[in-house]
Amino acid sequence: MLVAESISKRFGGLTALNDVSLNVKPGSITGLIGPNGAGKTTLFAIIAGFLRPTAGRVLFEDRDVTTEPPHRRAQLGIARTFQIVQPFAGLTVVENIAVGAYLRHPRRADALARATKVARRVGLGAELEKPAASLTIAGRKRLELARALATEPKLLLLDEVLAGLNPSEIRDMAPVVRSIRDEGVTILMTEHVMQAVMSLCESVYVLSEGRLIAQGAPQAVCEDRQVVEAYLGRGAAARFRPAGAALA
Amino acid sequence: MTARDLLPIAVAVALTALVPLFVTTNTVLNFLVLVLIVALAAQGWNILGGFGGQFSFGHAAFFGTGAYATAILQTRFGVNAWAGFALGVAAGALAGWIIGYLSFRSGLRGSYFALVTLAFAEVFRILANAAEVTGGAAGMLIKLDMRPANFQFASRAVFFWVALALVAAALVLTRGIECSRFGARLVAIRENEEAAQALGVDTLRTKLAAITLSAGVTAASGCLYAQYFLFVDAQIAYGTWISVEALLAPIIGGAGTAFGPLIGALSLHALGEIAKLFAGRVPGIDLALFGCLLVAAVAFAPEGILGLARRTRPRLKPAAG
Repeated sequence: MLVAESISKRFGGLTALNDVSLNVKPGSITGLIGPNGAGKTTLFAIIAGFLRPTAGRVLFEDRDVTTEPPHRRAQLGIARTFQIVQPFAGLTVVENIAVGAYLRHPRRADALARATKVARRVGLGAELEKPAASLTIAGRKRLELARALATEPKLLLLDEVLAGLNPSEIRDMAPVVRSIRDEGVTILMTEHVMQAVMSLCESVYVLSEGRLIAQGAPQAVCEDRQVVEAYLGRGAAARFRPAGAALA
Repeated sequence: MTARDLLPIAVAVALTALVPLFVTTNTVLNFLVLVLIVALAAQGWNILGGFGGQFSFGHAAFFGTGAYATAILQTRFGVNAWAGFALGVAAGALAGWIIGYLSFRSGLRGSYFALVTLAFAEVFRILANAAEVTGGAAGMLIKLDMRPANFQFASRAVFFWVALALVAAALVLTRGIECSRFGARLVAIRENEEAAQALGVDTLRTKLAAITLSAGVTAASGCLYAQYFLFVDAQIAYGTWISVEALLAPIIGGAGTAFGPLIGALSLHALGEIAKLFAGRVPGIDLALFGCLLVAAVAFAPEGILGLARRTRPRLKPAAG
């Protein structure tokens, strides 16, 4: 579905990503995790077309999209959410979502109908006519998701849609994410909430300091020595293992 | 766009059209025609600035291009005035597209875009003031020949109706934009350009379409001005006065709304006239008042008079399901 080939990105002297490759299989939920500053959001921006990689290629459905601008990728079926939510503050919830729906439904009535449907789907049905600026953070995360979903993507890039939510909100959101996948949308998500990653993702890539340090099933990745050290510091794996503590 | 969307426009235009039947003094009709001309220029600005959030400080570039194009075509090439009008609008729209292409392609936003438009208008003004084809600093006169075929009318009332028809057309255009995908995308760009891109909006194309339409409407206002006064010079056509009025009227009236520019233009000029009446001996008192109004609008009514009215009045329409 999506293949990133040896992506590198340098900002001046800073190497944000160094030779990162990943492969997202159709119909999967794939996780992308790593400590703060690992380059997750940079990689997302490159996949969605907001940044050009210094080296490497992005292939979507076997087609090289490395030089395609974001709006073209959205047309091809790649949608993204933003880690820092970006609502159209002056518009209502349904108008926000309609901007996404207009991509496949040029007529206003169709777009609004589609937007209403998507809003209900992510649990914003009661807030259709509210200004987007009045939503809580959980509501805004849902709105991000709804707008992206309204473009009817094949691949959905979720950039920390669960971050900043409380545990009960996460419990509400996780089934929504899973049901989106069950309808045939492939998902690539970055996440800090490990519990969610463990339960949602079939396969996980771990970035640290711009490099891919591990990949595989979530359980296996969490026991990987390099991964533990990337999160908790050098030597942590050795210190924790004898105690037999659950590293997840 | 449905009949219900157009009803308020039809009512407002029909009522305004009755005015010349009751008011026959030339002073008042002159005042109203000028208000309509400014309103039309402001309606143009509103498409790009009000809906698209791209604040131009140089809509004089389009107003003046329309005015000069129609004047030059008539006096130098003998083109019919109505054809000259259409070509003037086209020339203004083309100028809009070119300026838009140059600035939006290089990613200019916010104050940088504002400054570039201002610079273009100033360059046009200096060129028009120096070139031979525009009559240089002396400006140019359109030959007086009062026939409807020449877009010249002996009666001010008729000219009022023609201007009103153009304002009405711009109202319908604006309402059409409001109700369309193009409008939704334009507003999305105003609110958050990056998020709009992520949702598949071709921001360059959308902004170019907006500036082209915007410039065309403002150019129509310039043509109207030239036909009404039958005189154009660089200070009038490309002067900062029209750039300022084109943006002031929508901001005061309510940017990004169909009626905002009209209400703004009328309030501004009504207040200007009243100020001149009471303090006529102080030169520039109306302009000083405009400045104060702008400050007040930005501080207390960022959504303009229309926004203020909406906020103070309880919502009549329950939220549609």
